[in-house]
Amino acid sequence: MKITNNIVESHGLKLEEYSKIKQLLSREPNYLELGIFSAMWNEHCSYKSSKIHLKKLPIKNKNVIQGPGENAGVIDIGDDDAIVFKIESHNHPSYIEPYQGAATGVGGILRDVFTMGARPIALLNSIHFGDPKHKKTKNLLNGVVSGIGGYGNCIGVPTIAGETKFNSTYNENILVNAMAVGWVNKKKIFYSKAKGINKSVVYVGSKTGRDGIHGASMASAEFDENSEDKKPTVQVGDPFTEKLLMEACLELMKKDSIISIQDMGAAGLTSSSVEMAHKGDLGIELDLDKIPCREEKMTPYEMMLSESQERMLIILEDGKEDEAKNIFQKWDLDFVVIGKTTELKNLSLKFKKETVATIPIEALSSKAPLYDRKWVKTKFNKNKIKVKDLKKIKFEEAFLKILSSPNHSSKKWVTEQYDQMVMGDTIQRSGSNAGIIKIHNKDKAIAVTVDSSANYCKSHPLIGGKQIVCESWRNLISVGAKPIAITNCLNFGNPENPEIMGEFAENILGMKQACEFLDFPVVSGNVSFYNGTNKNNIYPTPVIGGVGLIKNLNKIFNHHFKKIDSNVLVIGKTFGHLEQSVFINQLYNLNEGMPPEVNLLNEKNNGEMILKLINAGLINSIHDISTGGIILALAEMSISSQIGVKINKPKKLSNLSEYFFGEDQSRYLIEVDKSNYSKIERLFKDNNIYFDNIGITQKEYFELDKELKISVKELYDINNKWYKQFNGTDC
Amino acid sequence: MNSSVIVFPGSNCDRDIATALTKLQFKNNMVWHKENELPKSDLIVIPGGFSYGDYLRSGAIAAKSNILKEVIKASKSGCLVLGICNGFQILIETGLLQGALLRNKNLKFISKDIHLKIINNSNKFCKNYKKNGIISLNIAHNEGNYFTQKDHLKELEDNELIPFKYCSENGLINESSNPNGSLENIAGILNDKKNILGMMPHPERMIDNLISNEDGIELFTSILS
Repeated sequence: MKITNNIVESHGLKLEEYSKIKQLLSREPNYLELGIFSAMWNEHCSYKSSKIHLKKLPIKNKNVIQGPGENAGVIDIGDDDAIVFKIESHNHPSYIEPYQGAATGVGGILRDVFTMGARPIALLNSIHFGDPKHKKTKNLLNGVVSGIGGYGNCIGVPTIAGETKFNSTYNENILVNAMAVGWVNKKKIFYSKAKGINKSVVYVGSKTGRDGIHGASMASAEFDENSEDKKPTVQVGDPFTEKLLMEACLELMKKDSIISIQDMGAAGLTSSSVEMAHKGDLGIELDLDKIPCREEKMTPYEMMLSESQERMLIILEDGKEDEAKNIFQKWDLDFVVIGKTTELKNLSLKFKKETVATIPIEALSSKAPLYDRKWVKTKFNKNKIKVKDLKKIKFEEAFLKILSSPNHSSKKWVTEQYDQMVMGDTIQRSGSNAGIIKIHNKDKAIAVTVDSSANYCKSHPLIGGKQIVCESWRNLISVGAKPIAITNCLNFGNPENPEIMGEFAENILGMKQACEFLDFPVVSGNVSFYNGTNKNNIYPTPVIGGVGLIKNLNKIFNHHFKKIDSNVLVIGKTFGHLEQSVFINQLYNLNEGMPPEVNLLNEKNNGEMILKLINAGLINSIHDISTGGIILALAEMSISSQIGVKINKPKKLSNLSEYFFGEDQSRYLIEVDKSNYSKIERLFKDNNIYFDNIGITQKEYFELDKELKISVKELYDINNKWYKQFNGTDC
Repeated sequence: MNSSVIVFPGSNCDRDIATALTKLQFKNNMVWHKENELPKSDLIVIPGGFSYGDYLRSGAIAAKSNILKEVIKASKSGCLVLGICNGFQILIETGLLQGALLRNKNLKFISKDIHLKIINNSNKFCKNYKKNGIISLNIAHNEGNYFTQKDHLKELEDNELIPFKYCSENGLINESSNPNGSLENIAGILNDKKNILGMMPHPERMIDNLISNEDGIELFTSILS
């Protein structure tokens, strides 16, 4: 078939990229080869627009065993234990087909983790939908939540934390980011780098079908009015097969037979074989007649570009085929030697005894395009919002409106569709600052959280980038964990637009500053560009997945008040920053102004002080102060415990709303025994920690001077009604 | 006491129940579904999960496996059999227990802690629980909505074959304390010889205060005593 410009463009390649392909091959590619190039050179697989910026992020500290570049990042948590984790987006498929899109997002990220030899122990997700009033939102929410649950529940990995948010910026392009966390013995970590010539390349798992062809290319373009037509590019998940594949792989990994292993994710067989060969600096030859196919008469093009799920590629040590095959047969899975590693550094494909493609590995990997795209600094809207000039809303009314709003209502409707307890090690489930999973049969645990702040990132990408790393750090501290490292999922609009590229570049810079200051490196991640429809780009939405270590199982915290008559303190200074707050955004529908600034020194100082207080046994409960400010955080502490609180009006108060709804950063609420108060006060003074004594826990009532008195039971009901009303079902 | 946990492709609470049994001093064996023989067992547990991916119908394919023939044989000779969640669904599919487990009334997967009232404790699985006591266990299922015919329900009631019913924190058994639509709030049933128990809630998830609570322990200690 003659390759025309139309064919090139329908593969998502630019004409100048096509010229580069011809130059690298010193000839024209055939149709199959063009397909392979399109799969490897698209944004999703090549990171061609983001690489230059991503390099700026810190990726190492003393705990990091493996940083970005592998299937997932790995950190050391002492003894022989290591934690493997990564977050990934499945935005485009989930918008087209919410159940399967979300389900396969979970499946894909689980494979990234068990490919490295780790048993997955926790799942998290960050899902963002459009305005609840938008006609698609309800269907997308229901589909995505049951898809996430459908996959995780079936495979038997608990989903223990996450966030669900609504904003009209996602009306035509939702976000579905899934994170998986696994445990591995650090002496038994597996990598994707091939080694040795003439080694067997083995295909295991599900058969290859025609689903998901061009999935990665689809994810590398904007949507338009015909997006629905892209349904065939969405893969179909089978968590049952993945469970078998996981058990079979983990069983084989106990033996010494695997040289390297790679899951077939985006761009399936193509990217997995190229990646293994590239890392091992060798070639791979595949005999496509041997590929187990689900459908008849599949062409080499379809086999190489299929994104059928639940498949892996393994390079085996000599003479281990039988041993390995027996294990996969026990689990009723395909196991076929489909090729070998070669000295010649090509991807060489044979079909019906003919060579149908020969491409130098480096043309698909190291020589793929790399762009330093034009970017411009974000223009800030410096209009100050004068709170005094805003129409007065009664304090109680404002508070209850936010507490019952989609973004601040209890997420039980969502989280009760996820099995949070399977595997028997979940210490803290969804709904607190971070989820906590015990390391099986060990006296330690890890804390995990996912966070995002699209509003802040939109108004000031640099501050937003800093803020979101700090929020993750704060959430881990709030459960008593020492933060160790993060994974990031960077959801942005079209990188060919210099303003969007500017958001990306500045956002990365902000993250870099916070990660460096807090010694909180990025060990894995994913970039998702082209989130938008018809040139409407989404708000920049980086999602941070944080992992921290808890060494002492007796020092674990949540945000539930523990007893009545304790003091409640605010750690960190409250300036009353309302621009970009929920209070201003939601109640006044205003988007002007800057997000709250993040002072990294205070962040670190306050966080470390909290850990000190925890170690000294001086705290009963902790909550970080996030969107909605002090009042929302206090309400959450009351609702979760059914214990009320009598809140004082602070003495130096300028404005009630600024103080209680302000979203200044680096702040925590802590509950402490009265008997410890003076000790804590002294500690704060000695360490330059600013604090306010804000109230006392009490029975039954949530109370603020003359502004507010409401029973905790009623607060609970107000906080729990939105999802049920919206979806018309209980959970 | 010897216990055996049957493992199907897709079982996912097998490790959890094995951990619980070992913690409570059972001598436990894991038995792969392709086996034709059971090790010596005083208790056989069919664990939760998604055997065969819940394809066809929850528990339907597992009910036809080799090892189930042995389980049926052992149960006839009085061996204790406990089916939890998907295990309960499998026991129904084999006919060892009667009735049906329909989709939850809200048509969604439900995972949460619920309360149970001990309705009958005159059986080997519940004797360490106090009659009318209230415990809290975790549920996680899509098809836990128990249904049976009127005469069978009467049999269950007359012969004290309903050990647990869903209830509120204060012990009220009504529609609002019924998480999945089960007939009469039934959370578990026994066969007429009371040596087979099927239940939707997971006692193995409630054996450690650090994780949840210890309300599941008495079920295992009852069997041991």
